[in-house]
Amino acid sequence: MKKFGKGISVALVAVMALGLMSCGALAANLKGTVATDGSTSMESVIGALGEAFMEAEPDVTFTYNPTGSGSGIQAVSEGRCDIGLSSRALKDEEIESGLVETTLALDGIAIIVHPDNPVTDLDVETIAKIYTGEITDWADVGGEAGEIVLIGREAGSGTRDGFESITGTEDACKYRQELTSTGDVITTVSQNPNAIGYASLAAVGDTVKALAVDGVEPTEETVMDGSYVVQRPFVLVTREDEELSDVAQAFFDFALSEDSAEIITLAGAVPVNVPADEEAAE
Amino acid sequence: MKKQAFENFIYGVFLLLGLITVGCVLLITVYLIISGIPAIREIGLFKFLFGKTWASTAKTPQFGILPFILTSIYGTAGAIALGVPIGFLTAVYLAKAAPPKVKAVVAAAVSVLAGIPSVVYGLVGMLVLVPGIRSIFHVPDGASLLAAIVVLAVMILPSIVNVSITALEAVPQEYEDASLALGATPTETYFRVSVPAARSGIAAAVVLGVGRAIGEAMAVMMVSGNVANMPSLFQSVRFLTTAVASEMSYSSGLQRQALFSIALVLYLFILLINAALNFFLKRSKEA
Repeated sequence: MKKFGKGISVALVAVMALGLMSCGALAANLKGTVATDGSTSMESVIGALGEAFMEAEPDVTFTYNPTGSGSGIQAVSEGRCDIGLSSRALKDEEIESGLVETTLALDGIAIIVHPDNPVTDLDVETIAKIYTGEITDWADVGGEAGEIVLIGREAGSGTRDGFESITGTEDACKYRQELTSTGDVITTVSQNPNAIGYASLAAVGDTVKALAVDGVEPTEETVMDGSYVVQRPFVLVTREDEELSDVAQAFFDFALSEDSAEIITLAGAVPVNVPADEEAAE
Repeated sequence: MKKQAFENFIYGVFLLLGLITVGCVLLITVYLIISGIPAIREIGLFKFLFGKTWASTAKTPQFGILPFILTSIYGTAGAIALGVPIGFLTAVYLAKAAPPKVKAVVAAAVSVLAGIPSVVYGLVGMLVLVPGIRSIFHVPDGASLLAAIVVLAVMILPSIVNVSITALEAVPQEYEDASLALGATPTETYFRVSVPAARSGIAAAVVLGVGRAIGEAMAVMMVSGNVANMPSLFQSVRFLTTAVASEMSYSSGLQRQALFSIALVLYLFILLINAALNFFLKRSKEA
Protein backbone atom coordinates (compact mmCIF):
# COMPACT_ATOMS: atom_id res chain seq x y z
CA MET A 1 0.00 0.00 0.00
CA LYS A 2 1.44 3.33 -0.95
CA LYS A 3 0.82 6.66 0.64
CA PHE A 4 -1.53 8.88 -1.28
CA GLY A 5 -0.39 12.33 -2.30
CA LYS A 6 -1.03 14.77 0.49
CA GLY A 7 -3.20 16.94 -1.67
CA ILE A 8 -5.41 14.03 -2.65
CA SER A 9 -5.83 12.86 0.92
CA VAL A 10 -6.62 16.35 2.17
CA ALA A 11 -9.15 16.77 -0.60
CA LEU A 12 -10.71 13.40 0.17
CA VAL A 13 -10.90 14.19 3.85
CA ALA A 14 -12.58 17.48 3.02
CA VAL A 15 -15.04 15.80 0.67
CA MET A 16 -15.85 13.17 3.24
CA ALA A 17 -16.31 15.77 5.90
CA LEU A 18 -18.70 17.62 3.62
CA GLY A 19 -20.51 14.38 2.98
CA LEU A 20 -20.83 13.79 6.68
CA MET A 21 -22.27 17.22 7.21
CA SER A 22 -24.88 16.79 4.52
CA CYS A 23 -25.77 13.36 5.82
CA GLY A 24 -26.31 14.90 9.19
CA ALA A 25 -24.21 12.18 10.77
CA LEU A 26 -23.02 14.73 13.25
CA ALA A 27 -25.14 17.09 15.24
CA ALA A 28 -23.76 20.38 13.96
CA ASN A 29 -23.01 23.50 15.99
CA LEU A 30 -21.17 21.89 18.85
CA LYS A 31 -18.89 24.24 20.75
CA GLY A 32 -15.84 23.58 22.85
CA THR A 33 -12.51 21.85 22.88
CA VAL A 34 -11.47 18.23 22.46
CA ALA A 35 -8.07 17.62 24.01
CA THR A 36 -6.15 14.49 23.08
CA ASP A 37 -2.74 13.52 24.38
CA GLY A 38 -0.44 10.58 23.74
CA SER A 39 1.14 8.33 21.14
CA THR A 40 3.31 9.96 18.51
CA SER A 41 2.76 6.98 16.21
CA MET A 42 -0.89 7.93 15.97
CA GLU A 43 -0.08 11.40 14.74
CA SER A 44 -1.19 10.95 11.15
CA VAL A 45 -4.36 9.06 12.07
CA ILE A 46 -5.51 11.35 14.85
CA GLY A 47 -4.44 14.43 12.90
CA ALA A 48 -6.59 13.45 9.92
CA LEU A 49 -9.55 12.61 12.16
CA GLY A 50 -9.17 15.88 14.03
CA GLU A 51 -9.07 17.89 10.83
CA ALA A 52 -12.13 16.18 9.45
CA PHE A 53 -13.97 16.69 12.73
CA MET A 54 -13.15 20.39 12.86
CA GLU A 55 -14.22 20.71 9.25
CA ALA A 56 -17.62 19.31 10.19
CA GLU A 57 -17.86 21.26 13.44
CA PRO A 58 -16.29 24.66 12.78
CA ASP A 59 -16.81 25.86 16.36
CA VAL A 60 -14.90 22.99 17.89
CA THR A 61 -11.20 23.22 18.65
CA PHE A 62 -9.34 19.95 18.45
CA THR A 63 -5.93 19.64 20.11
CA TYR A 64 -3.40 16.83 19.98
CA ASN A 65 -0.40 16.74 22.24
CA PRO A 66 2.19 14.23 20.95
CA THR A 67 3.83 13.04 24.15
CA GLY A 68 4.00 9.28 23.77
CA SER A 69 1.64 6.50 24.82
CA GLY A 70 2.77 6.37 28.45
CA SER A 71 2.37 10.10 28.98
CA GLY A 72 -1.00 10.10 27.23
CA ILE A 73 -2.37 7.37 29.50
CA GLN A 74 -1.02 9.27 32.50
CA ALA A 75 -2.62 12.48 31.25
CA VAL A 76 -6.09 10.98 30.82
CA SER A 77 -5.98 9.25 34.20
CA GLU A 78 -5.14 12.59 35.82
CA GLY A 79 -7.89 14.33 33.85
CA ARG A 80 -5.50 16.57 31.94
CA CYS A 81 -7.04 15.63 28.60
CA ASP A 82 -10.36 14.27 27.30
CA ILE A 83 -9.03 11.28 25.40
CA GLY A 84 -5.68 9.56 25.83
CA LEU A 85 -4.01 8.01 22.80
CA SER A 86 -2.03 4.83 23.14
CA SER A 87 -0.32 2.72 20.50
CA ARG A 88 -0.29 -0.29 22.79
CA ALA A 89 -3.03 -2.14 24.64
CA LEU A 90 -3.56 -1.01 28.22
CA LYS A 91 -1.78 -2.98 30.93
CA ASP A 92 -3.88 -4.79 33.53
CA GLU A 93 -3.03 -2.34 36.28
CA GLU A 94 -4.03 0.55 34.04
CA ILE A 95 -7.43 -1.02 33.43
CA GLU A 96 -7.80 -1.68 37.16
CA SER A 97 -7.08 1.97 37.86
CA GLY A 98 -10.31 2.84 36.06
CA LEU A 99 -9.31 3.39 32.45
CA VAL A 100 -11.17 2.05 29.44
CA GLU A 101 -9.60 1.23 26.11
CA THR A 102 -11.37 1.41 22.78
CA THR A 103 -9.43 0.15 19.78
CA LEU A 104 -9.59 2.67 16.95
CA ALA A 105 -7.35 0.99 14.42
CA LEU A 106 -4.53 -1.49 13.96
CA ASP A 107 -1.07 -0.81 12.66
CA GLY A 108 1.17 -3.50 11.22
CA ILE A 109 4.92 -3.26 11.68
CA ALA A 110 6.60 -4.69 8.60
CA ILE A 111 9.95 -6.46 8.90
CA ILE A 112 11.85 -5.22 5.87
CA VAL A 113 14.97 -6.37 4.02
CA HIS A 114 16.75 -5.44 0.79
CA PRO A 115 14.83 -6.59 -2.32
CA ASP A 116 17.78 -8.79 -3.38
CA ASN A 117 17.73 -10.71 -0.12
CA PRO A 118 16.53 -14.28 -0.83
CA VAL A 119 14.97 -14.63 2.63
CA THR A 120 11.19 -14.21 2.49
CA ASP A 121 9.89 -15.59 5.77
CA LEU A 122 11.04 -15.56 9.38
CA ASP A 123 9.30 -16.53 12.59
CA VAL A 124 9.06 -14.20 15.57
CA GLU A 125 11.58 -16.22 17.55
CA THR A 126 14.19 -15.98 14.79
CA ILE A 127 13.58 -12.26 14.44
CA ALA A 128 14.15 -11.88 18.17
CA LYS A 129 17.36 -13.92 17.95
CA ILE A 130 18.57 -11.80 15.06
CA TYR A 131 17.88 -8.57 16.90
CA THR A 132 19.49 -9.71 20.15
CA GLY A 133 22.64 -10.75 18.29
CA GLU A 134 22.23 -14.50 18.74
CA ILE A 135 22.05 -15.01 14.97
CA THR A 136 24.47 -12.74 13.12
CA ASP A 137 24.74 -14.22 9.64
CA TRP A 138 22.12 -14.42 6.90
CA ALA A 139 23.40 -17.91 6.04
CA ASP A 140 21.91 -19.17 9.34
CA VAL A 141 18.40 -18.19 8.28
CA GLY A 142 18.56 -19.33 4.66
CA GLY A 143 20.10 -16.31 3.02
CA GLU A 144 23.46 -15.68 1.39
CA ALA A 145 26.41 -15.44 3.77
CA GLY A 146 26.87 -11.96 5.16
CA GLU A 147 26.73 -10.24 8.51
CA ILE A 148 23.21 -9.10 9.35
CA VAL A 149 23.01 -5.34 9.78
CA LEU A 150 20.33 -4.38 12.30
CA ILE A 151 18.50 -1.15 11.60
CA GLY A 152 16.15 0.23 14.22
CA ARG A 153 14.52 3.35 15.57
CA GLU A 154 15.65 5.70 18.32
CA ALA A 155 14.80 5.19 21.98
CA GLY A 156 11.30 6.42 22.71
CA SER A 157 9.90 5.72 19.26
CA GLY A 158 6.49 4.06 19.29
CA THR A 159 7.45 1.75 16.45
CA ARG A 160 10.54 0.58 18.34
CA ASP A 161 8.50 0.13 21.48
CA GLY A 162 5.92 -1.90 19.54
CA PHE A 163 8.47 -4.04 17.75
CA GLU A 164 10.53 -4.78 20.86
CA SER A 165 7.56 -5.65 23.02
CA ILE A 166 6.05 -7.99 20.41
CA THR A 167 9.33 -9.80 19.84
CA GLY A 168 10.27 -9.69 23.53
CA THR A 169 13.55 -7.93 22.89
CA GLU A 170 13.13 -4.86 25.13
CA ASP A 171 16.47 -3.20 25.89
CA ALA A 172 18.29 -6.16 24.32
CA CYS A 173 18.53 -5.17 20.66
CA LYS A 174 22.04 -4.83 19.28
CA TYR A 175 21.31 -2.13 16.74
CA ARG A 176 23.85 -1.17 14.14
CA GLN A 177 21.95 2.00 13.32
CA GLU A 178 19.28 3.88 15.24
CA LEU A 179 17.48 6.18 12.85
CA THR A 180 14.97 8.86 13.66
CA SER A 181 12.28 8.29 11.07
CA THR A 182 10.45 5.56 9.23
CA GLY A 183 11.69 7.00 5.93
CA ASP A 184 15.33 6.83 7.03
CA VAL A 185 14.94 3.18 8.03
CA ILE A 186 13.44 2.27 4.66
CA THR A 187 16.10 4.19 2.70
CA THR A 188 18.93 2.64 4.69
CA VAL A 189 17.60 -0.88 4.29
CA SER A 190 17.12 -0.31 0.57
CA GLN A 191 20.82 0.67 0.34
CA ASN A 192 22.32 -2.32 2.12
CA PRO A 193 21.76 -5.92 0.92
CA ASN A 194 22.54 -7.24 4.41
CA ALA A 195 20.25 -4.96 6.35
CA ILE A 196 17.04 -5.77 8.21
CA GLY A 197 14.73 -3.16 9.68
CA TYR A 198 11.20 -2.51 10.83
CA ALA A 199 8.76 0.16 9.75
CA SER A 200 5.08 0.97 9.81
CA LEU A 201 3.42 -1.20 7.16
CA ALA A 202 1.68 1.76 5.58
CA ALA A 203 4.99 3.42 4.70
CA VAL A 204 6.63 0.43 3.03
CA GLY A 205 6.92 0.74 -0.75
CA ASP A 206 8.74 -1.06 -3.56
CA THR A 207 12.27 -0.16 -2.51
CA VAL A 208 12.38 -2.82 0.19
CA LYS A 209 10.87 -6.26 0.71
CA ALA A 210 8.50 -6.90 3.60
CA LEU A 211 9.02 -10.36 5.08
CA ALA A 212 6.29 -12.76 5.98
CA VAL A 213 6.26 -13.54 9.69
CA ASP A 214 5.39 -17.11 10.72
CA GLY A 215 4.42 -17.62 7.08
CA VAL A 216 1.91 -14.76 7.03
CA GLU A 217 2.41 -11.90 4.57
CA PRO A 218 1.84 -8.46 6.07
CA THR A 219 -1.26 -7.01 4.43
CA GLU A 220 -4.23 -5.02 5.59
CA GLU A 221 -6.29 -8.23 5.80
CA THR A 222 -3.77 -10.23 7.81
CA VAL A 223 -3.30 -7.33 10.21
CA MET A 224 -7.09 -7.04 10.51
CA ASP A 225 -7.70 -10.73 11.26
CA GLY A 226 -4.74 -10.89 13.63
CA SER A 227 -2.82 -13.60 11.77
CA TYR A 228 0.07 -11.19 11.12
CA VAL A 229 1.39 -10.92 14.66
CA VAL A 230 3.78 -7.96 14.48
CA GLN A 231 1.05 -5.40 14.93
CA ARG A 232 -0.18 -3.05 17.57
CA PRO A 233 -3.49 -1.40 18.30
CA PHE A 234 -4.16 2.31 18.21
CA VAL A 235 -6.25 2.81 21.31
CA LEU A 236 -8.48 5.62 22.59
CA VAL A 237 -8.23 5.74 26.37
CA THR A 238 -11.01 7.19 28.51
CA ARG A 239 -11.94 7.20 32.20
CA GLU A 240 -14.49 4.68 33.36
CA ASP A 241 -16.03 6.77 36.13
CA GLU A 242 -16.38 10.00 34.23
CA GLU A 243 -18.43 10.78 31.17
CA LEU A 244 -16.91 12.62 28.26
CA SER A 245 -18.02 16.15 27.53
CA ASP A 246 -20.55 16.44 24.69
CA VAL A 247 -17.90 17.59 22.27
CA ALA A 248 -15.41 14.91 23.25
CA GLN A 249 -18.13 12.28 23.03
CA ALA A 250 -19.05 13.54 19.56
CA PHE A 251 -15.43 13.21 18.45
CA PHE A 252 -15.16 9.78 20.06
CA ASP A 253 -18.23 8.56 18.17
CA PHE A 254 -17.02 10.22 14.99
CA ALA A 255 -13.60 8.56 15.19
CA LEU A 256 -15.15 5.13 15.70
CA SER A 257 -17.87 5.57 13.11
CA GLU A 258 -17.76 3.62 9.89
CA ASP A 259 -17.48 6.86 7.98
CA SER A 260 -14.08 7.49 9.53
CA ALA A 261 -12.71 4.21 8.25
CA GLU A 262 -11.53 5.73 5.00
CA ILE A 263 -9.82 8.61 6.77
CA ILE A 264 -7.94 6.11 8.93
CA THR A 265 -7.00 4.03 5.90
CA LEU A 266 -5.71 7.10 4.10
CA ALA A 267 -3.66 7.97 7.15
CA GLY A 268 -1.99 4.58 6.88
CA ALA A 269 -3.61 2.40 9.52
CA VAL A 270 -6.15 -0.43 9.38
CA PRO A 271 -9.51 0.74 10.74
CA VAL A 272 -11.40 -1.63 13.02
CA ASN A 273 -14.90 -0.44 12.07
CA VAL A 274 -15.19 -1.01 8.35
CA PRO A 275 -18.52 -0.15 6.70
CA ALA A 276 -20.49 -3.32 6.11
CA ASP A 277 -20.98 -2.85 2.37
CA GLU A 278 -17.28 -2.17 1.82
CA GLU A 279 -16.39 -5.31 3.70
CA ALA A 280 -18.75 -7.29 1.51
CA ALA A 281 -17.22 -5.75 -1.61
CA GLU A 282 -13.81 -6.96 -0.57
CA MET B 1 19.21 70.80 18.14
CA LYS B 2 16.75 68.75 16.14
CA LYS B 3 19.66 67.00 14.46
CA GLN B 4 21.10 66.11 17.81
CA ALA B 5 17.84 64.59 18.98
CA PHE B 6 17.65 62.53 15.82
CA GLU B 7 21.22 61.33 16.34
CA ASN B 8 20.37 60.31 19.87
CA PHE B 9 17.30 58.49 18.69
CA ILE B 10 19.24 56.52 16.08
CA TYR B 11 21.91 55.81 18.65
CA GLY B 12 19.23 54.39 20.92
CA VAL B 13 17.88 52.18 18.12
CA PHE B 14 21.33 50.79 17.43
CA LEU B 15 21.87 50.10 21.11
CA LEU B 16 18.54 48.30 21.32
CA LEU B 17 19.33 46.14 18.29
CA GLY B 18 22.73 45.34 19.73
CA LEU B 19 21.13 44.34 23.01
CA ILE B 20 18.84 41.87 21.22
CA THR B 21 21.85 39.71 20.41
CA VAL B 22 23.23 39.95 23.92
CA GLY B 23 19.78 39.21 25.28
CA CYS B 24 19.49 36.07 23.14
CA VAL B 25 22.85 34.79 24.33
CA LEU B 26 21.93 35.47 27.95
CA LEU B 27 18.52 33.87 27.56
CA ILE B 28 19.94 30.72 26.01
CA THR B 29 22.72 30.47 28.57
CA VAL B 30 20.43 30.89 31.53
CA TYR B 31 17.83 28.53 30.08
CA LEU B 32 20.40 25.83 29.34
CA ILE B 33 21.91 26.06 32.80
CA ILE B 34 18.55 25.98 34.54
CA SER B 35 17.27 23.04 32.50
CA GLY B 36 20.59 21.23 32.30
CA ILE B 37 21.55 21.16 35.97
CA PRO B 38 18.70 19.04 37.48
CA ALA B 39 19.51 15.87 35.53
CA ILE B 40 23.22 16.18 36.29
CA ARG B 41 22.31 16.53 39.96
CA GLU B 42 20.10 13.50 39.87
CA ILE B 43 22.49 11.31 37.89
CA GLY B 44 25.69 12.62 39.44
CA LEU B 45 28.25 14.68 37.54
CA PHE B 46 30.87 11.95 37.44
CA LYS B 47 28.45 9.23 36.38
CA PHE B 48 26.98 11.53 33.74
CA LEU B 49 30.25 12.68 32.17
CA PHE B 50 32.21 9.44 32.47
CA GLY B 51 29.53 6.77 32.31
CA LYS B 52 30.07 4.54 29.31
CA THR B 53 26.48 3.39 28.85
CA TRP B 54 23.56 5.39 27.51
CA ALA B 55 20.25 3.55 27.78
CA SER B 56 17.73 6.30 28.32
CA THR B 57 14.54 4.27 27.97
CA ALA B 58 15.65 0.99 29.54
CA LYS B 59 13.89 -0.28 32.66
CA THR B 60 16.88 0.80 34.71
CA PRO B 61 17.98 3.78 32.64
CA GLN B 62 21.63 4.72 32.40
CA PHE B 63 22.81 8.14 31.39
CA GLY B 64 26.53 8.06 30.67
CA ILE B 65 27.61 10.44 27.93
CA LEU B 66 31.31 9.57 27.65
CA PRO B 67 30.68 7.84 24.28
CA PHE B 68 29.10 11.06 22.94
CA ILE B 69 31.88 13.29 24.25
CA LEU B 70 34.63 11.08 22.85
CA THR B 71 32.82 10.68 19.54
CA SER B 72 32.46 14.43 19.19
CA ILE B 73 36.15 14.94 20.00
CA TYR B 74 37.37 12.14 17.71
CA GLY B 75 35.02 13.12 14.92
CA THR B 76 36.09 16.75 15.07
CA ALA B 77 39.77 15.83 15.30
CA GLY B 78 39.40 13.53 12.30
CA ALA B 79 37.63 16.21 10.28
CA ILE B 80 40.39 18.68 11.16
CA ALA B 81 43.10 16.17 10.25
CA LEU B 82 41.50 15.66 6.83
CA GLY B 83 40.10 19.12 6.18
CA VAL B 84 42.86 21.42 7.41
CA PRO B 85 45.70 20.25 5.12
CA ILE B 86 43.40 20.38 2.10
CA GLY B 87 41.84 23.70 3.04
CA PHE B 88 45.10 25.30 4.09
CA LEU B 89 46.99 24.33 0.95
CA THR B 90 44.03 25.43 -1.18
CA ALA B 91 44.19 28.79 0.55
CA VAL B 92 47.95 29.14 0.00
CA TYR B 93 47.49 28.30 -3.66
CA LEU B 94 44.58 30.67 -4.14
CA ALA B 95 46.11 33.55 -2.22
CA LYS B 96 49.59 33.36 -3.66
CA ALA B 97 50.08 31.16 -6.67
CA ALA B 98 46.86 30.75 -8.63
CA PRO B 99 46.33 32.61 -11.91
CA PRO B 100 43.38 35.03 -11.54
CA LYS B 101 41.02 32.97 -13.72
CA VAL B 102 41.65 29.76 -11.79
CA LYS B 103 41.31 31.66 -8.55
CA ALA B 104 37.92 33.05 -9.60
CA VAL B 105 36.60 29.57 -10.45
CA VAL B 106 37.91 27.89 -7.28
CA ALA B 107 36.77 30.74 -5.04
CA ALA B 108 33.28 30.51 -6.56
CA ALA B 109 33.25 26.76 -5.93
CA VAL B 110 34.29 27.31 -2.32
CA SER B 111 31.48 29.77 -1.70
CA VAL B 112 28.95 27.41 -3.24
CA LEU B 113 30.27 24.68 -0.94
CA ALA B 114 29.76 27.02 2.01
CA GLY B 115 26.16 27.64 1.02
CA ILE B 116 25.05 24.02 0.65
CA PRO B 117 22.61 23.17 3.46
CA SER B 118 23.85 20.52 5.85
CA VAL B 119 20.91 18.24 5.14
CA VAL B 120 22.13 18.01 1.54
CA TYR B 121 25.58 16.94 2.75
CA GLY B 122 23.82 14.35 4.87
CA LEU B 123 21.69 13.10 2.01
CA VAL B 124 24.61 12.71 -0.37
CA GLY B 125 26.60 11.11 2.43
CA MET B 126 23.79 8.68 3.15
CA LEU B 127 23.22 7.67 -0.46
CA VAL B 128 26.80 7.74 -1.81
CA LEU B 129 29.37 7.79 0.97
CA VAL B 130 27.83 5.21 3.31
CA PRO B 131 27.36 2.50 0.64
CA GLY B 132 30.80 3.49 -0.71
CA ILE B 133 32.53 2.91 2.61
CA ARG B 134 30.70 -0.39 2.93
CA SER B 135 32.05 -1.74 -0.35
CA ILE B 136 35.53 -0.17 -0.21
CA PHE B 137 36.38 -1.36 3.29
CA HIS B 138 34.26 -4.54 3.22
CA VAL B 139 32.47 -3.72 6.44
CA PRO B 140 28.88 -4.86 7.01
CA ASP B 141 27.57 -1.31 7.20
CA GLY B 142 29.05 2.01 6.11
CA ALA B 143 27.29 4.28 8.58
CA SER B 144 30.21 4.99 10.87
CA LEU B 145 32.53 7.50 12.48
CA LEU B 146 34.58 7.49 9.28
CA ALA B 147 31.59 8.57 7.18
CA ALA B 148 30.88 11.39 9.62
CA ILE B 149 34.53 12.51 9.55
CA VAL B 150 34.56 12.67 5.75
CA VAL B 151 31.32 14.66 5.63
CA LEU B 152 32.51 17.04 8.34
CA ALA B 153 35.88 17.51 6.62
CA VAL B 154 34.13 18.64 3.45
CA MET B 155 31.77 20.86 5.41
CA ILE B 156 34.54 22.75 7.21
CA LEU B 157 36.60 23.31 4.05
CA PRO B 158 34.96 26.62 3.08
CA SER B 159 35.50 28.28 6.45
CA ILE B 160 39.13 27.14 6.58
CA VAL B 161 39.84 28.24 3.00
CA ASN B 162 38.12 31.61 3.31
CA VAL B 163 39.60 32.65 6.65
CA SER B 164 43.09 31.42 5.68
CA ILE B 165 42.96 33.36 2.40
CA THR B 166 42.05 36.54 4.26
CA ALA B 167 44.95 35.98 6.66
CA LEU B 168 47.43 35.24 3.87
CA GLU B 169 46.36 38.21 1.79
CA ALA B 170 46.84 40.48 4.80
CA VAL B 171 50.56 39.66 4.89
CA PRO B 172 52.36 42.87 3.80
CA GLN B 173 53.74 42.68 0.26
CA GLU B 174 57.10 44.02 1.52
CA TYR B 175 57.82 40.84 3.49
CA GLU B 176 57.47 38.73 0.37
CA ASP B 177 59.35 41.16 -1.82
CA ALA B 178 62.23 41.18 0.65
CA SER B 179 62.32 37.40 0.75
CA LEU B 180 62.30 37.13 -3.04
CA ALA B 181 64.99 39.82 -3.30
CA LEU B 182 67.19 37.78 -0.96
CA GLY B 183 67.05 34.96 -3.47
CA ALA B 184 64.34 32.70 -1.99
CA THR B 185 62.14 30.89 -4.52
CA PRO B 186 58.41 31.74 -4.52
CA THR B 187 57.58 28.44 -2.79
CA GLU B 188 60.13 29.11 -0.09
CA THR B 189 58.68 32.57 0.33
CA TYR B 190 55.10 31.28 0.73
CA PHE B 191 55.95 28.71 3.36
CA ARG B 192 58.79 30.46 5.19
CA VAL B 193 57.50 34.03 5.13
CA SER B 194 53.82 34.38 4.23
CA VAL B 195 52.47 31.44 6.21
CA PRO B 196 54.36 32.19 9.45
CA ALA B 197 53.27 35.83 9.18
CA ALA B 198 49.64 34.69 8.82
CA ARG B 199 49.77 31.92 11.41
CA SER B 200 47.38 33.47 13.91
CA GLY B 201 44.79 33.96 11.20
CA ILE B 202 45.27 30.39 10.04
CA ALA B 203 44.92 29.15 13.61
CA ALA B 204 41.67 31.11 13.80
CA ALA B 205 40.55 29.32 10.62
CA VAL B 206 41.24 25.96 12.21
CA VAL B 207 39.36 26.86 15.39
CA LEU B 208 36.43 28.06 13.31
CA GLY B 209 36.48 24.70 11.55
CA VAL B 210 36.46 22.93 14.93
CA GLY B 211 33.46 24.99 15.98
CA ARG B 212 31.55 24.18 12.84
CA ALA B 213 32.41 20.47 13.06
CA ILE B 214 31.49 19.99 16.71
CA GLY B 215 28.19 21.81 16.33
CA GLU B 216 26.96 20.02 13.22
CA ALA B 217 24.00 17.73 13.80
CA MET B 218 21.89 17.11 10.72
CA ALA B 219 24.49 15.83 8.28
CA VAL B 220 26.19 13.75 10.95
CA MET B 221 22.94 12.19 12.09
CA MET B 222 22.28 10.92 8.58
CA VAL B 223 25.61 9.13 8.13
CA SER B 224 26.84 8.03 11.55
CA GLY B 225 24.27 5.38 12.52
CA ASN B 226 23.42 6.96 15.90
CA VAL B 227 24.12 4.06 18.23
CA ALA B 228 25.67 5.03 21.56
CA ASN B 229 28.85 2.99 21.09
CA MET B 230 32.28 4.01 22.27
CA PRO B 231 33.87 5.56 19.18
CA SER B 232 35.77 3.45 16.70
CA LEU B 233 36.33 4.21 13.04
CA PHE B 234 33.97 1.70 11.45
CA GLN B 235 31.40 1.57 14.25
CA SER B 236 28.08 3.30 14.37
CA VAL B 237 28.48 6.27 16.72
CA ARG B 238 26.49 9.08 18.28
CA PHE B 239 27.73 12.67 18.65
CA LEU B 240 26.74 15.14 21.38
CA THR B 241 24.61 17.01 18.88
CA THR B 242 22.87 13.95 17.48
CA ALA B 243 22.27 12.56 20.96
CA VAL B 244 20.11 15.59 21.67
CA ALA B 245 18.49 15.77 18.25
CA SER B 246 17.60 12.11 17.83
CA GLU B 247 15.81 11.58 21.14
CA MET B 248 14.29 14.99 21.78
CA SER B 249 11.02 14.46 19.98
CA TYR B 250 9.82 11.51 22.05
CA SER B 251 11.62 12.14 25.31
CA SER B 252 10.06 12.69 28.70
CA GLY B 253 11.02 13.07 32.34
CA LEU B 254 14.61 12.48 33.33
CA GLN B 255 15.49 11.48 29.75
CA ARG B 256 14.47 14.92 28.50
CA GLN B 257 16.31 16.65 31.32
CA ALA B 258 19.42 14.63 30.53
CA LEU B 259 19.19 15.77 26.90
CA PHE B 260 19.30 19.36 28.15
CA SER B 261 22.36 18.44 30.19
CA ILE B 262 24.03 17.10 27.05
CA ALA B 263 23.20 20.38 25.33
CA LEU B 264 24.79 22.20 28.27
CA VAL B 265 27.99 20.16 27.89
CA LEU B 266 28.02 20.89 24.17
CA TYR B 267 27.48 24.57 24.91
CA LEU B 268 30.48 24.60 27.25
CA PHE B 269 32.58 23.03 24.48
CA ILE B 270 31.47 25.76 22.08
CA LEU B 271 32.26 28.48 24.65
CA LEU B 272 35.79 27.09 25.01
CA ILE B 273 36.24 27.00 21.25
CA ASN B 274 34.95 30.55 20.98
CA ALA B 275 37.37 31.76 23.63
CA ALA B 276 40.21 30.11 21.69
CA LEU B 277 38.97 31.73 18.48
CA ASN B 278 38.90 35.18 20.06
CA PHE B 279 42.39 34.63 21.42
CA PHE B 280 43.81 33.78 17.99
CA LEU B 281 41.91 36.56 16.22
CA LYS B 282 43.21 39.10 18.69
CA ARG B 283 46.76 37.87 18.25
CA SER B 284 46.38 37.95 14.49
CA LYS B 285 45.28 41.59 14.67
CA GLU B 286 48.18 42.51 16.87
CA ALA B 287 50.70 40.72 14.67
